[in-house]
Amino acid sequence: MMLNIYDFYDKMERNNIMLSFKGDITSELLTSVLQIMESKLDNLQEEPKIKKKVYNVLVECLQNLYHHLDEVSTDQDEKIRSAIFMIGKIESQYNIITGNYIKNSSIEALKKRLEDINLLSKEELKEYYKLVLSNGEMSSKGGGGLGMIDIARKTGQKLNFNFSPVDDKYSFFSLNIKISQ
Amino acid sequence: MEKISIEGTPKTPTITFDTGKGFLEIKGRSIPENSIEFYKPLVDWLEKYSTKPQSITNVNIQLEYFNTSSSKCILDVFKKLEAINKGGSQVTINWYYEEDDEDMLEAGEDYQAIINVPFKMVQVAE
Repeated sequence: MMLNIYDFYDKMERNNIMLSFKGDITSELLTSVLQIMESKLDNLQEEPKIKKKVYNVLVECLQNLYHHLDEVSTDQDEKIRSAIFMIGKIESQYNIITGNYIKNSSIEALKKRLEDINLLSKEELKEYYKLVLSNGEMSSKGGGGLGMIDIARKTGQKLNFNFSPVDDKYSFFSLNIKISQ
Repeated sequence: MEKISIEGTPKTPTITFDTGKGFLEIKGRSIPENSIEFYKPLVDWLEKYSTKPQSITNVNIQLEYFNTSSSKCILDVFKKLEAINKGGSQVTINWYYEEDDEDMLEAGEDYQAIINVPFKMVQVAE
């Protein structure tokens, strides 16, 4: 198959993509990406308040991917270790889009969790965060189910997600986070 | 009495713990993927300190960023401080936040609501 690279470029240009990556998500990669994004935010001379919000939400989105891939890494299939993310800015709104494979058997629980978060008001999210923080179980790596609550709380917007079926075992999960000023 | 410190990195904070002065400071960024591993030494030092604390213990938390993985570990640190406070050392947690950083102020208030130790919210200029 011949790839039309201009096609890619044009799509990214039109969506104002500042940075995108596809592949294995490692700790070193995240360190580099966060450094690049921080200097891009500095160059855009964003208000400190916006800069911090974008950076914080980006950390949670990328570490969600990292922890998720860590969980499925025992699987034999190499391709499911791969993920994608894009960060763009259209007018004054930042978009963080992530995509990763998920086992079909895990969809229902994740969907329920995200839908539950989307039902909560700002004040309820604050209470729910405190509840999970003080009572929640922590995984061995320190993920504790707080990431999505934190993203919803900091952006003040509903989590926008989708599951695209791939085969009888996997689907592709995408999350589209918007941060407006 | 000893002075213990951990040098900061782009993903982890600088930690200074002067047990002789009863002073603990966590400063910088706390966004490691594996925060349990990073905070374990501090939790252990606090455990040791709690057996023979100073009469007053001052704690400065001055974080620019912290991730949700760190938030649970910071809570564990505060729980140790709660026990030290109950055990007779007068503990104060000074929570620093930059002017305009409502998210950081709110995060401090979340801990204040959970932990039974006096908190001081300290605003600093950007």
